[in-house]
Amino acid sequence: MIPARFTYLRAASVDEAVAMLGQYGDEAKVLAGGHSLLPLMKLRLAAPGVLVDITPLDGLRQVRQEGGDIVIGALSRFHDLHGDPVLAEHAPLLAHVAGEVGDQQVRHRGTIGGSLVHADPAADLSAAVLACDGALVVSGPQGRREIPAAEFFLGPFTTPLEPDELLTEIRVPARAGTGWGFEKFRRRAIDWAIVGVAVTGTSVSLINMAGTPVRATATERALAEGASLADAAALAAEGTSPVEEPHASTEYRRHLARVLTARALERAAG
Amino acid sequence: MKVTIEVNGSEVSDEVEDRTLLVHFIRDNAGLTATNVGCDTTSCGACTVLLDGESVKSCTILAAQADGHAVTTLEGLSGEGELHPVQRAFRDQHGLQCGFCTPGMIMASVSLLAHNPKPTREEVRHGLEGNLCRCTGYHNIVNAVVDASGQEVGR
Repeated sequence: MIPARFTYLRAASVDEAVAMLGQYGDEAKVLAGGHSLLPLMKLRLAAPGVLVDITPLDGLRQVRQEGGDIVIGALSRFHDLHGDPVLAEHAPLLAHVAGEVGDQQVRHRGTIGGSLVHADPAADLSAAVLACDGALVVSGPQGRREIPAAEFFLGPFTTPLEPDELLTEIRVPARAGTGWGFEKFRRRAIDWAIVGVAVTGTSVSLINMAGTPVRATATERALAEGASLADAAALAAEGTSPVEEPHASTEYRRHLARVLTARALERAAG
Repeated sequence: MKVTIEVNGSEVSDEVEDRTLLVHFIRDNAGLTATNVGCDTTSCGACTVLLDGESVKSCTILAAQADGHAVTTLEGLSGEGELHPVQRAFRDQHGLQCGFCTPGMIMASVSLLAHNPKPTREEVRHGLEGNLCRCTGYHNIVNAVVDASGQEVGR
């Protein structure tokens, strides 16, 4: 399969990328690792007229500590994050989850920024960043703005990014020594999660239990009130709206959310 | 657009459509056909090559994105008349049946061993999750990677 015709542009800086996006508006899409976008284009589910390739912007491919925050460049690849010592110490949930995305080849190429912007409700890292109380820093013609992860995922494949804005950084609070857990259930190794759970401390996020990643608020409230892990996990599906699909009914997904949350909470506590 | 890619140590330059995928550049422009197109959907790994030393699925990368970078295909793994240790191990351990997935399996294995020179069997299976063998010959493939790593092949 070959994508429909488009014009390929390569940006040499964030400003140039933003200018190119401003020039072409809705017609343009940003190309990073390409592991969400190119498959869509090959299936003709997306047919942008212009691709703005930001792969060469190496400045966006790094992890650093800045005060109480860990700053992750949007072009950091899953493989980079999985092996990053700063992340492993201060945001170990993210380092672990990055090693569970897709497969080895996908992790060598796919970027955290691309995954977040794609906003697939089945994505592992979106839920993990949400659990970490992360924020997304975007650059546009008016400069930079920061969007909390809790306000970034508006619906399936929908974010508040304007067509001329570029995600450049993800910031998460440094939390060395915090217990974490991650569980996902899938039919085959490289499949998307049917349901997944990301836990750091007492923050709990769910994968694929709604049109966006969501916090398991009833579980978190119960934990704050001193409930046992088992009792808190039993509330994990409260307030969620998982889709009904041939291979996983709504009720099955609710069941998985409870079971996986219990496992992830135990891992985080242990 | 004009794309120049170092393929197995030699520069290959060609004028291609912007939408050309790396795997087609390798097969059609560089004329190297060990790299197979299998599923064409980033699932099966038959098109795996090394891009700047890291395994990638060349059906999901534009040739334009590899412009100015270095690609290694199966043909570039070893010198004339020699086998790379991973190729030798696949032969010795009968790590292939029909052979279609083999080039991708070998390139993914080379990358896996570069990061983890002494993997456990479990780590080999995790590392090769992105490569499918429709003959289901996984057992001997795992044996081959363990053998290539210089470890005893437990069965």
